[in-house]
Amino acid sequence: MVSEGSGRAVRIGIGGPVGSGKTALVAALCRALAGELRLAVVTNDIYTTEDADFLRRAGVLPDDRIRAVETGCCPHTAIRDDISANLDAVEELEERLGTLDLILVESGGDNLTATFSKGLVDHQIFVVDVAGGDKVPRKGGPGVTTADLLVINKTDLAPLVGADLGVMARDAAARRGDLPTQFLSLVGDPGAAPVADWVRDRVTAGSPAGPLHHDPNPAHTHGGSAGAG
Amino acid sequence: MSLSTLLVLADGRLPAGAHAHSGGVEAAVAAGRIHDVPTLESFLLGRTATAGVVAAAFAAATCRAVTAGGSQPWSDPRWSDASHRLDGFGGLRGPVSNGVRGEPGEAGVGRVATLDDGVDVRTASPALRAASRAQGRALLRAAARIWPAAGRPTGASPHHPIATGIAAAAAGLGPPEAALVAVYGGLTGAASAAVRLLGLDPYAVHALVARLAPECDRVADDAAAHADDPVDDLPAGSAILLDIDAEQHATWEVRLFAS
Repeated sequence: MVSEGSGRAVRIGIGGPVGSGKTALVAALCRALAGELRLAVVTNDIYTTEDADFLRRAGVLPDDRIRAVETGCCPHTAIRDDISANLDAVEELEERLGTLDLILVESGGDNLTATFSKGLVDHQIFVVDVAGGDKVPRKGGPGVTTADLLVINKTDLAPLVGADLGVMARDAAARRGDLPTQFLSLVGDPGAAPVADWVRDRVTAGSPAGPLHHDPNPAHTHGGSAGAG
Repeated sequence: MSLSTLLVLADGRLPAGAHAHSGGVEAAVAAGRIHDVPTLESFLLGRTATAGVVAAAFAAATCRAVTAGGSQPWSDPRWSDASHRLDGFGGLRGPVSNGVRGEPGEAGVGRVATLDDGVDVRTASPALRAASRAQGRALLRAAARIWPAAGRPTGASPHHPIATGIAAAAAGLGPPEAALVAVYGGLTGAASAAVRLLGLDPYAVHALVARLAPECDRVADDAAAHADDPVDDLPAGSAILLDIDAEQHATWEVRLFAS
């Protein structure tokens, strides 16, 4: 059930390739924001409970605020083409925990073409890392090109892997136009301060125009035809 | 009946959560019972003859009940009962029977609730009951957006065949089509999971699906012919290994499919 009045929690999707640091970023955001926002996490890791366990071990969020969903070998399907399991998880968290300010939906590790459905999240962060190669921003793809925030993670590794941050910044700007890009190293900034600030601003702005999953006017549809799983 | 509407409801790309369920294939693969196309064929034949027949029968009967009742089936208090909602990490749980409902055998509302009970008592494994309700909930979510007549009380989680019958009725389809969607969806869902888990040749698997498709027609016709039968007389076939596998699968620490 959608909360009354000001509407439901803001939902932010966090996607990106395997190993780019999505789960670590979620942990950092929980660390930074759990004291000021009512938040919960849905994780889509293909190993079901592994990400959730990581978050629990990190002690950043109580167990009952983390939900894991299985994605049937298709992590991108679960966040884009068939979002029902994620919507169920979101609804269950809201029903059980009451009013929430923020729900982070972490995708399973996928490829550069994976993005979140607008039927599932309000905003999305795409996370790549310097160790994946400094050509990743130039390769583009919907994640790099259209995410509301691009995070280029693990900048502390740049000298070790020969990644040129200047090249990455230039290519990201060329691909993304006015959309923001944020360099990040959780080694030097375990609270991911600039990303936490960006998230905080999105929550302050509120969720746009009511519910995504309980459409009061069923004749109005969002989302289009689904791609293959 | 519209053939194109039937295709919409039967399409594996319908966003109704099916991709996250393997129909028992993930557990059977892990146990070594499915490892190639012939073993997949045996599995699919057995699954269709048991779970498929039951799903088809209850989808057809539900579609008939909703159509005959002339109203949407949600007035039963069970659908707003917390026991039928998501229950934390354990997924969906529901008792075999609870709450007040209409007279057994009554057309419309009471009949749908009784059919839902009928699926419950035919599903021995609690994990499979939970998986069926999760899929029913997801299908209903999709159906209510596509065909508003389906309705969707908050948290309603009917069994998957029940939701299939409700969705088919809302789409203007009849019991034979509801049954076909149920049995064919079970077949292709499991086959698709095998392709993803084992890397089987997709052409060989789809050739297999095409070979088994006429069996789906036969099962659906039979289901439709008995759509008005008393619930106790509807098929009750079960595959013991599916039940046992599902219970073990639910305890795995690492799994790719919800069931």
